[in-house]
Amino acid sequence: MNLRRDVFQAIADPTRRAILLLVASQAMTAGAIASNFDTARPTVSKHLQILTECELLKQEQTGREIYYHLNPKKMKEVADFIEPFRQMWEARFNKLETIMKKYKHK
Amino acid sequence: MEQKTKINAENNKQEMRITREFELPVELLFKAYAEAELIEQWMGTKVLKLESKKHGSYQFETTDPKGNKHGFSGVIHEFIPNKKIIRTFEMENTPFGVQLEIHEFEKLTDDTSRINMHVIYESIEKRDQIMQLPFAQGLNMAHNRIQELLSKLKASQK
Repeated sequence: MNLRRDVFQAIADPTRRAILLLVASQAMTAGAIASNFDTARPTVSKHLQILTECELLKQEQTGREIYYHLNPKKMKEVADFIEPFRQMWEARFNKLETIMKKYKHK
Repeated sequence: MEQKTKINAENNKQEMRITREFELPVELLFKAYAEAELIEQWMGTKVLKLESKKHGSYQFETTDPKGNKHGFSGVIHEFIPNKKIIRTFEMENTPFGVQLEIHEFEKLTDDTSRINMHVIYESIEKRDQIMQLPFAQGLNMAHNRIQELLSKLKASQK
């Protein structure tokens, strides 16, 4: 079961984060979301599919249209988690290691 | 890819532990924390002041992409070369308070070492806020990207 990892992969992508932010302000159809991006429509659909699969977005049928909503419960779970913080330290320490390896060889 | 940095932050505690192993002799790892020129490189900050000794203090300053300056500072309580640094750390003009940082430097082999950081915050709430900062920044970046896209879109419709 790698659902947890999938959620973090989902938010690691800048376009998908942008989609989450758009939908956070109001529920939107796939077409309305896609019109905010230069990206091809099928690419946006793929992003929506990934976000829906990991439950960050929920679909709701209104008449003939499907609207995408943010799932605040899932978002909170992600935001509470320490992974982005850990990645920040990982990047910082990687830099330290690279710089000090070069320093050694001077 | 292997995750070298490990963070242990239990729920409802005002502390956190961070550990990381390096392919560096402990002397070099310690140096990265002790010399201003090296801190500037790996932390990406300007070092205004650094007195690497007991009762010493330090002041860092970073400039964000908008040109705003952010200050970081603290005092050094213990400074034992290649072994230990205890210091306070504060992000100035933020509501996050002062944190106590205990850094232990450990020799593993002649060429490898480990840092053990123990960080204690003013409260559970402040620790949790600080841990969520990078995610909030990520969303901000996405927001800026939307702004860019929207302004491009508007320009092309004119």
